[in-house]
Order: sequence, then structure tokens, then C-alpha cells
Amino acid sequence: MDIAQEFPIQRVIDEEGQLVGDRSGVSDEQVREFYRWLVTLRTLDQRAWNLQRQGRIGTYPPFSGQEATQIGAVAALQKDDWICGSYRDWAALSYAGVPLSYPLLNSMGHAVSGRIPDGVNALPVQVVIAAQTLHAVGLAWSSALQNQGRVALTFFGDGATSQGDFHESLNLASVVKAPVVFLCQNNQWAISVPIARQMNSQTIAQRALAYNIEGIRVDGNDILAVYQTLREVVGRVREGRGPALIEAVTYRLGAHTTADDPTRYRPSEEEQRLSHGEPVARLRRYMLGNGLLTEDENKQVEEAAKATVEEAVQAAENFPKGSPEEVFDHVYAELTPQLRQQRAEFQQRIQEGGTARG
Amino acid sequence: MAKLTIIQAINQALAQAMEQDPRVLVLGEDVGKNGGVFRATDGLLERFGEQRVVDTPLAESAIVGSSVGLAIGGMRPVAEIQFFGFIYETMDQIGTQAARIRFRSQGRYHVPLVIRAPYGGGVRTPEIHSDSIEAFFAHSPGIKVVTPSTPHDAKGLLLAAIQDPDPVLFIEPMRLYRAFREEVPDEWYEVPIGKARIAKEGEQVTVIAWGPMVPVAEQAAVQALESGISVEVIDLRTLSPLDLETITASVQKTGRAVVVHEAVRSGGLGAEVAAAIQEHAFLSLEAPIMRVTGYDTPFPVPSVEDLWLPDTGRVVAAIQAVMHY
Repeated sequence: MDIAQEFPIQRVIDEEGQLVGDRSGVSDEQVREFYRWLVTLRTLDQRAWNLQRQGRIGTYPPFSGQEATQIGAVAALQKDDWICGSYRDWAALSYAGVPLSYPLLNSMGHAVSGRIPDGVNALPVQVVIAAQTLHAVGLAWSSALQNQGRVALTFFGDGATSQGDFHESLNLASVVKAPVVFLCQNNQWAISVPIARQMNSQTIAQRALAYNIEGIRVDGNDILAVYQTLREVVGRVREGRGPALIEAVTYRLGAHTTADDPTRYRPSEEEQRLSHGEPVARLRRYMLGNGLLTEDENKQVEEAAKATVEEAVQAAENFPKGSPEEVFDHVYAELTPQLRQQRAEFQQRIQEGGTARG
Repeated sequence: MAKLTIIQAINQALAQAMEQDPRVLVLGEDVGKNGGVFRATDGLLERFGEQRVVDTPLAESAIVGSSVGLAIGGMRPVAEIQFFGFIYETMDQIGTQAARIRFRSQGRYHVPLVIRAPYGGGVRTPEIHSDSIEAFFAHSPGIKVVTPSTPHDAKGLLLAAIQDPDPVLFIEPMRLYRAFREEVPDEWYEVPIGKARIAKEGEQVTVIAWGPMVPVAEQAAVQALESGISVEVIDLRTLSPLDLETITASVQKTGRAVVVHEAVRSGGLGAEVAAAIQEHAFLSLEAPIMRVTGYDTPFPVPSVEDLWLPDTGRVVAAIQAVMHY
């Protein structure tokens, strides 16, 4: 049995921008809207990399290459649905309504980046690999118990599929029929470890078989495929037909973080080969070739993206510094006697001109 | 008012919490039809149904991790970890998740979750079942740690824990589950988290204990009185945050302190209590603070555990030692 054949990769547009599937579920205007978002978030991601190199922000985990999966999936949700992602999922959060300054603020060390604005139902980005998949199960389960009709969507990477929490969450979600969509962004690399060292299975989607849930592979660089697939899956999950596992096959175009050097472990031949079908260039080829975009319009989109990103940089760099003593304020609902005393000592130290570096 | 054991008081508290608040649900291994391996959840499935009394797959991280999501989503989960020693399996979901969501989200989300777990020795369990690892969690900001030693406190503290907006680890002394009965009010009441209890008043030595060691300390106090030493026994009830006010006031009165815990000595909570006493009551001290604890080994096999566990004799010896320092 060829498992990979059992899980064919859903695709609408190929690497060259040729239509190879059905895109009847997406209007021309929605295609243009997706493209504007893809370009904006790619611009933001590249700008963030440069800001880190200039010392203006700290360590940053780029999402370049994964924008299509993140935007396409969130587009398939309703406003009330839950999003539980990791540190590489700022494109999803941005599309969901978190200001573009937040990923920058996060890398500048502002605690506010963890406070997802009201109206966006997302958890703060998760650092512990696969931990958020269990939170998504609980959120989905709570929605079912309260008849809220909300779905939880959780993003994670290929490395996360090796974690116990991933398997525990698939199993529990399947047993309690929680309305949760597990969306794996298989970007082929977990820092320096390639997918072939991560698992000896042919696909990630096939793991759905073991948990008796729906498993689907989709081209994660093809936003139309991601969106259309997720819309169907989210609909089924919302109806109470149980959870689903989606493997979005994509490629991490850059480094793990700004502190990583992929030339140490990744052949440039592979980078060239797998970068070719990346999501922004792919949709552009399709749109240019099918009368949905002209070169002039493309320039306008790129200029508008630069301006939007510049505003985000300004917003981040002008963001007022919080009071350091607020570090004590969200440990518990109320300060414990110990925290009250430590907060006072800390405040005293600040008033006396103490700094974090002494 | 009825005379209840600790396990019955816990069962009653769970039932009353579920009656009062439809958001409360109980989940864990064997908590449904079996009513829990110690019967803490006995009868709840029949009364509240399988939506609210959930037998989970055998996966501790999933129990706590999904409870975090349930709590953020508006439910009030009471998760049972079958034995405290099995909580190692879910250290991450407790320490880095449940305890930190409020902090990470700057207060947008919070996790009103209670994690119940039986702990402690004296019942001849297989390996791992008897561990006392409360110090790991008292060392984790964002979670409270509570442990009753009486039926009255078991009910009142558990109801307070379920009402608490933050995650509470509620550890239950296994060997006291059915050790004795006492009058427990039928109605709802709460014993405040963060307040210790003077279990026995005395003048010359303060013995600080919690959970399964409280009766041991009380017995030691009775024996010490036979040789003319008046001992005050404090039952901490909450291990995080510690009630330093009660501890300090007592030691300022007695001038001597002995801390008793089942957990291994090094890095244990006794060290924290001792450090706090010398910070806050140094000039009152007539003798060094002594600890009576488990030894720095893994919890031993049943044939050795009676010797290994702190007992009345060891506590009396420590009381004598601080008196005659």
C-alpha cells in the first residue's frame, strides 16, 4: 500500500502559476485580497529580518514561505473561532486582526505582544512545541459543551508531530469528538533536522488513520488550495463530525530564527528547488497570467505593502514602554503577600535608579 | 452536619460545586463509572452525566493540557491525576502552561483549573505512587498549592479552590482519606486559600507541618507535653503562597521551630519555611530551625517505608533537640 497515494496533495495552482484544480470557491476579488495580504506579510517578515540585523529588534522567527497556509486557513474560519499557534504563526494572527506591530513588539521584548487584542480569539504564541494542540482540544471541547458552535484551529510544525502532546491531543480530540482542526505546517525542517529524521512515515496526514479522524494533505504554498480545503474541513468539523488533521506541505524559505544559519545543514540546491513554488511568487504568476493583476498593479501592491509595514515599524518603535513593575501584576488575579512585598522592593530599586544590568 | 472522612468530604464538595455551577466538570482516569480509584468522584456520573464527569484516555498531559483550554473557554475543570507521582507526565502543561497563561496573555486569559491528586506514603503502594513533590509546584509562579489534613478543611479548601480564578494544585493525603471522621457542615463553605491553621496551641516550640504529617506533629506535641514541653502545631494548608504571618507570629512567641514534611529533605519546602523564619523572626530564635523529613532517596519500597517516613519519635526528638540546644 502506497500511503502517499492515499493522501494526495490537494492543489489548485502549480509552481508555475498554472491552474490545475478547481477554484470556483474563490472570487477574483478574494484572490486579489489574498495577494495583497501575502505581499504585505512577506514584506513585514523581510523587514523584521533586516531590523534584527540592524539591532532594532531581538531574535525573530521568520514565517516566509508559510504565509499561504496561515492566511488561507484563518480565512476559512469564523470570527468567533479559536486560533492556537506557535511562535512562527504571526502571519495567521496578523490576518486574524492582530496589529502588524505585534510580531515586532514581540521580538523587541514587549509583554503586550502576548495580549491578543479583544475581538481576536487567539491564544498568545506558544513556545513549547505542540503544547498548544492540547489547548485547542480543550477550547473546542468547551465550545461543544456550551453549544457555542465554535471551532478551534491549531497550527504547529512538522517537528511538533514527534511530541507526545501532539499524539495525546489527536487521540483525546477523536475520543471526545472535539471540533478542532489540527493544521500541520510541514516546512520540512525543525531547525536543522529534516523531516526524514523526524519520522519514518511517508506523510504526516496518514497519522489521522490511527486516530480514526479525517486526514488531508494540501499544498501549503497554494493559498487557494489551502483556503478551499480548510473551508470544507472547518465546515464538517463545525457540524460535529469530529476533528481533522491537515498536513500543509510547504517550505521554510529562510532560517529557523535570526539566530540560525541554515547553510550549516541545508543544501543550497534544495533551497533553490523548493523555493521556486513559494506562495507569493506562485500566486503572482497565476494572476499575471490570467488577467487578475498587471505589472503596474503589482507595483502598487508592493508600494502599499511597504507603507503598511513602515507604519507597523513606527508603531512598534514608538510603542510606550510599560512600567517594569507590571511584571508582578499578572502572575495571579491578586498579588500574594510575597509578590506585594517583592513588587515594592522592585519599585524601590527602580526609583533609586537601578537598572536591569546593575 | 454529618461525620465524614476526608474522601467523603471531597466527594461532597465536588457534588455541591457541580450542583451550583454548570461550568464545573470533573475529568481524569477512572473518575466516571468507577468513581475514582479512591471513590472521590463516586456517584457523580449518575448525578451529572458523562458530559460533566469524563473518563479521559490514560494521558496526564492531555488531561491537564485540555483542561487549560476548557478553562480558558469558560468551563471550570476539576482534573484528577490518579496519583501525585504520575504528575511528572504533565509537568510541562502545569508549569509552563496552566501557571503562565495569565502572565503570558497579560491578563486577557486566565485558567480557573483545579488539579486534584492523592499523595504521600503509608499505604504500601507500588513505586512512584507515594511521591511528595509539592516543592516543584511551590517553586512555580502562577499556580497555588493547597493540601488539607482534615475533612472540614478538605471540603472548604476544595470549594475555595474551585472558586479561585487561578490554577490550584490540590493534593490530598492518601493515608488520611479514611483515617478518621469529623463533623462537616452540610452547606457550602470555603476555607480561605493562603491561611494556615493553628492545629494546636502551645508556648515553647512551633512545629510546622502539612497534609499527612499534621497528625504526626499533633501526636508528637502530645508526647512532648508529657515531658513538660508545650508545642504549637501549625497546619499550613496552603503551601503556595505560604502564610508567613501565621508562621512568624508563632515563632516569635515560641522562639523555636521544627518543620516536618514527608518529601525528601534537600531543596524541600522545609528549607523555604526555615529561610522565611530566619528572615522574619531571627531575633526570636533560641535554637536553629530543625527539619524532620523524608531522606534524600526516591520513595522506598513498602518494606522500608515505615522506617523512612518521618514518625512521631523523630518529631519528638527534634522538639527535644531545639528545647535543649
